[in-house]
Amino acid sequence: MLILHCPYCGQDVDETDLHAGGQAHLKRHGPGSSDDDFEDYMFMRENPKGVHFERWRHVYGCGKWFLAARCTATLEVFGTYPAQTTEPPQDIRDRISAKRPGWTWGDFA
Amino acid sequence: MSDAISALQGRMVPGEVTVREAGLRGMITLRGDLSDAALRGICTDVTGQDFPDRGKISAEGETAMCWMSPDEILILLPYAQVTGALGRIDAALQGQHHLAENVSDARALIFVEGEFAREVMAKVTPVDLHPAHFGPGDFRRSRLSQVPAAFWMPDEDTFAVICFRSVAEYAFDLLVASAKGGRVGVF
Repeated sequence: MLILHCPYCGQDVDETDLHAGGQAHLKRHGPGSSDDDFEDYMFMRENPKGVHFERWRHVYGCGKWFLAARCTATLEVFGTYPAQTTEPPQDIRDRISAKRPGWTWGDFA
Repeated sequence: MSDAISALQGRMVPGEVTVREAGLRGMITLRGDLSDAALRGICTDVTGQDFPDRGKISAEGETAMCWMSPDEILILLPYAQVTGALGRIDAALQGQHHLAENVSDARALIFVEGEFAREVMAKVTPVDLHPAHFGPGDFRRSRLSQVPAAFWMPDEDTFAVICFRSVAEYAFDLLVASAKGGRVGVF
């Protein structure tokens, strides 16, 4: 069972109160971008065994979207942060680095 | 005009833990910028309560303010006062981006009263209800088994549960079944 901290409610929320929203930090490229960029945005996803960044929605609570960093192999949660964030905050990266040295995910490390 | 009736018309199932539908209660959903002074001011005016912090409720009698989300407050009032209160809110927040709506008849309010009410609730919701984590003054939106619900504790042995009117019967029966199941002895 996954328990995530909702950064808006400040509560630890059970997985069954949440709705999974797939991979976080997808970039939708703007006007003038190539078909390949759009394909990346539309279809290409990370599928890691280990560190992963996801979107979640606190659907039975405040109804807000937030982002979570967790390990897909152990279900360890490194932290959650508001959805209005284009890349993982430094404190969460530091926490991951402390536990999973040398981790990479997409363009982040 | 027809008389307003609550979802379960005050149905009650007595027992060691009594489950009782509260009857009509006025509810106003207010969405807007909760840090705004005018919004906070009119809420305090209408309810006579302090503006609640995140995850909290300030309540007295039939009047309360519940923190629903970073941009939503639920105001509870006696049923007859809702129209007047709504008018005052709209007047105070005129020209300002907000939404205030009377949702009294869209919801049901159920009381769970008794010595192990905490366990009756804990059996049907994923929220950690240990006394160290949840007590009077706290307010939480979650679910009761299969339906969304929000609840708080008016006192140490009582839970008040708000759910949608359409699932009031389900929520009520669920709480009655949980109460009938008896004490667990965890807390």
